Amino acid sequence: MKPFTYARATDRADAIAQGGNATYIAGGTNLLDLMKLEVMAPDKLVDINRLDLAEISGTDDGALRIGALVTNSDCAADTRVRQDYPVLSRAILAGASGQLRNKATTGGNLCQRTRCYYFYDMAIPCNKREPGSGCQAMQGFNRIHAILGASDACIATYPGDMAVAMTALDAQIQIEGADGETRLVPIQEFHLLPGDHPEKDNILAAGELITGVILPPPVEGKQIYRKVRDRASYAFALCSLAAVVEMDGETIASAALAFGGLAHKPWRDPDVEALLVGEKPSADLFGKAADQLLADAQGYGSNDFKIPLTKRVLISVLKEATDKGAAA
Amino acid sequence: MTAHQKMDKADSRNRLDDMVQGLVGSPMDRPDGPLKVSGRATYAHEWDVPDMLYGVLVRATISKGRVTDVASSYLIGKNGVRAVITDDRLLRRPAQGGADEAPPQGSKQVDYFGQPIALVVADSFEQARHGANILAVSYEAEGNAAFDPEAADTETDQPEDDQLDQGDLDQAMTDAAFTVDQVYRTPGHNSAAMEPHCAIASWDGDKLTLRGSYQMLNFNINELADALHIVPDNIRMLSPYVGGGFGSKLGISPEAVSAAIAAKEIGQPVCVALSRPQVFETTMRRSETRQHVRLACGEDGVLTGIGHECLVSNLPGESFYEPVTQATHFMYGGKHRKLGIEVARINRTCGGSVRAPGEAVGMQVLENAMDELAEAAGIDPVELRRRNVPDRHPEQDIPYSSRRFIEALDEGAIIFEWDKRNKMPGSLREGDWLIGHGMAGAARVNILSEAKAKVTLLADGSAVVETDMTDIGTGTYAILTQIAGEMLGLPADKIETKLGDSDLPSGPGSGGSWGAASTGSAVFLACEDIRKAIAKKLGIDEADLRLAEGKAGRGDTAQPITEVLDGTPISAIGHIEPGQTLEEMQQATYGSYFAEVAVNAVTGETRVKRMLGVFGAGRILNEKTATSQCYGGMIWGIGSALTEELVFDNRDGHIVNHDLAEYHIPVNLDVPQIEVVLLEERDEWASPIQAKGIGELGICGAAAAVTNAIYNATGIRIRDYPATLDKLLADLPGG
Ligand SMILES: Cc1cc2nc3c(=O)[nH]c(=O)nc-3n(C[C@H](O)[C@H](O)[C@H](O)COP(=O)(O)OP(=O)(O)OC[C@H]3O[C@@H](n4cnc5c(N)ncnc54)[C@H](O)[C@@H]3O)c2cc1C
Ligand code: SF4
Repeated sequence: MKPFTYARATDRADAIAQGGNATYIAGGTNLLDLMKLEVMAPDKLVDINRLDLAEISGTDDGALRIGALVTNSDCAADTRVRQDYPVLSRAILAGASGQLRNKATTGGNLCQRTRCYYFYDMAIPCNKREPGSGCQAMQGFNRIHAILGASDACIATYPGDMAVAMTALDAQIQIEGADGETRLVPIQEFHLLPGDHPEKDNILAAGELITGVILPPPVEGKQIYRKVRDRASYAFALCSLAAVVEMDGETIASAALAFGGLAHKPWRDPDVEALLVGEKPSADLFGKAADQLLADAQGYGSNDFKIPLTKRVLISVLKEATDKGAAA
Repeated sequence: MTAHQKMDKADSRNRLDDMVQGLVGSPMDRPDGPLKVSGRATYAHEWDVPDMLYGVLVRATISKGRVTDVASSYLIGKNGVRAVITDDRLLRRPAQGGADEAPPQGSKQVDYFGQPIALVVADSFEQARHGANILAVSYEAEGNAAFDPEAADTETDQPEDDQLDQGDLDQAMTDAAFTVDQVYRTPGHNSAAMEPHCAIASWDGDKLTLRGSYQMLNFNINELADALHIVPDNIRMLSPYVGGGFGSKLGISPEAVSAAIAAKEIGQPVCVALSRPQVFETTMRRSETRQHVRLACGEDGVLTGIGHECLVSNLPGESFYEPVTQATHFMYGGKHRKLGIEVARINRTCGGSVRAPGEAVGMQVLENAMDELAEAAGIDPVELRRRNVPDRHPEQDIPYSSRRFIEALDEGAIIFEWDKRNKMPGSLREGDWLIGHGMAGAARVNILSEAKAKVTLLADGSAVVETDMTDIGTGTYAILTQIAGEMLGLPADKIETKLGDSDLPSGPGSGGSWGAASTGSAVFLACEDIRKAIAKKLGIDEADLRLAEGKAGRGDTAQPITEVLDGTPISAIGHIEPGQTLEEMQQATYGSYFAEVAVNAVTGETRVKRMLGVFGAGRILNEKTATSQCYGGMIWGIGSALTEELVFDNRDGHIVNHDLAEYHIPVNLDVPQIEVVLLEERDEWASPIQAKGIGELGICGAAAAVTNAIYNATGIRIRDYPATLDKLLADLPGG
């Protein structure tokens, strides 16, 4: 570990004042691992765990606000979340392990970094870790890598589950900046595609603090989280799908579909959703939706299987979501 | 007193069965259990040694070549860094199990990516780690490294003693009514023991005390002495608790030697622990294998020929190779046989013993091939195996010692309700899940090794057992306590078992499943001697002596043992040596596995729903710890079948998934309730306690039961392990 200084922030203003040239630490479950390896080597840590951000509270307009320090365990267990946003609860519970979820926070989870093996190995060139050094995953072992939205610089994925469900729910992220102003960012705009700057995972500027996540008022429809992984638990998604699908009689009234494990961010494709809305569910329709989703998909060798896998998962989840018999 | 026995002939006295204390065989809790679960058992890294410094090993970031410069001067004296060790005695890799001498040394030559090349020592672990992270090393790389064992230009050699060509297998294949001719592949594995490797070295003048996590102290001490160029008498090694080994702690390894060198140089104790990625890179890997299996049988399913030709790999110059065909030699009959091993020489982390070297991968594949043959011949897989159990060793023409393979098959089939399974592959579906059943046979060679142990019956009626044997989580403390208690008629809480100290009488340590039977026999022999001494004091025949609950006598004339001792302790050393029975009899342990799996028709994810193992391994010394060993083996079998795989990048040979997040061992949810049944057995040729090894048997074919079940569920044969979903996807029906 590179030597660093440590300060415990007393409140938000204090955190942000100190945060400009520092790195925030919340649960530490991702940051500390990376610091031990020196993949991340901040000079200064600002501990935000004492901030008043661990509440889940309803807002006047019927939305639900999840504080940035609410742990994954608490969020998944919250009655309102379980009742109105079950896809979020299920996504969180599909991630990591009980011990990790007890420490992991909502803000930290959003910012968790990729699990690309080469990113984790300081002896191996990696554009995300060291811009311009090259990407060893592209021609190497890339089983867990992206098939959508990758760039010539980086094919890493955002590995998390929670944000995938939040994406299907159209969540907004509350961010407080150095000026003390809070901005609300739709979660789809929070994570970035790698492009020419894979070193940037998301839009946070230096010193900006995530203070919470707003879930819009509950919507109708079935909520499903399907996570496909190499072992039954404690493994990142090879492909995951958060679906919120509402039927209007025989036709699909709305479909929010967010995919994990496929891209540098939770992936949503408005064209796919548009293709479904107003239509009657059928194998043919679902097949078309999958083809639309994967039209530009590209495998890099060991992750080629994700393309047929995603197609199968989408079709299967859509079947379940539109099947009147099955329970949500 | 020394009681010595060499196993030149069977010991059919079954003396333990004459004893009445009732400890041996019982599912006694481990005496060390409460210490372990409450954090009071001292593992290697947990010793409180005053003035201790910390060392972190530095890894090579080339795959082959030389270190030309280590720029250490800018590090030393800053941020707590005390020294950078680049000594010619540093180990380039661990010693192989039982080597008894130092492995290749020298910090200049690099043989594989990740090899230790230096040690940074600092006041704190974090400082040492940072120093190791930023140490600037210059290399001269050699361009001719080889990484892919199967590449056409990779050099290979064929160990002479492991090639068999008996009869004419090609002809047998041509003449056969049914055949299997397939190539299978298994990936490399890492032992991934829970406790990462660690050593603390402290010197007192010329005397070195090394606290570490090792399996075979008797050998480790010589390896360490040889590496340091000192005499073994000047070393004391302490390994009272070892948090799992699975082969990775058989030989002395780089952390021990570097800690000792650094501690001597600096004049303070030094602790060197490996991080998880270092465990992956610098401890022994199980070699990946390519196995070409040919089976030929007649209409009746009786084998006429077996071919098992394998490619494994190791570093150039390493004599160890994965003995893949070890059990194939004796498991099934068939006159025409071609068995061979070829070793590819590549620049990857050193290959060595990992739980059940040979059978873990060899039986796994042989049992897949048997399943394929059963299908080809239209014979039930259990029945096919029953028909192929040979009367005598098909190559050496020697008899088998006790072998309960057929009983394991039959008993397993009944318990699992094998006859009720759906026989038609791919035709049983529950929702999105395809259900299938599979079975496989198990076998593992049995080994007895020379061992000594001292037992002292103290005047207060308690006893002490002393040996340098280790408990690597297997239950040695429990079983030695039980054997001594049984023989001396004492309850377990009157026995103290001391292990893992090289100053104590030495045995073979833990490895190859030999520990319990070998050291257990030594304890037994020592106790027998003590019994004789007691009988003599009482003026009776030892055969008539009854020792129970701290009382001695014959029949009901018992008196407290303390009275018999009358203030004088009795102590004896037991000494067991292997002998003719190992040569004259084919000794092994056997079993069967049955598994039910569900394969998701949409995603290809496989989940094991239930699993049964039935095993015969001689006398069971402790039903609970023996069962736990079998659980562990079968769980690794699930991992081998479904997820575990060392991934190497063939551009530089580095291990890509060198942590537990991406090297997927099974987690709780991957493991169903496993049922283990242990068969009653006494193997009089194996040891004077009629016990054989059981530590590895649970893995020796377990994965095959799972993949055979996947075939039954889906109609898809997995011949390239592990059976990850991508290998199933294309041929699955979908939702
Ligand atoms: C073995 C393992 C398996 C895992 N499996 C899964 C899985 O299956 N699915 C899954 O989704 N996740 C998984 N995780 C990841 C886990 O969910 C994350 O590590 C965790 O959510 C991070 O939260 P934290 O509070 O510990 O973040 P920290 O480690 O404290 O921080 C992570 C990053 O976020 C920044 N940060 C934290 N809070 C804020 C804030 N309020 N504002 C701005 N920046 C902030 C930090 O500066 C840091 O860069 C796994 C982790 C491990 C170690
Ligand atoms: S995929 Fe991205 S994170 Fe991985 S090696 Fe390439 S640049 Fe680095």
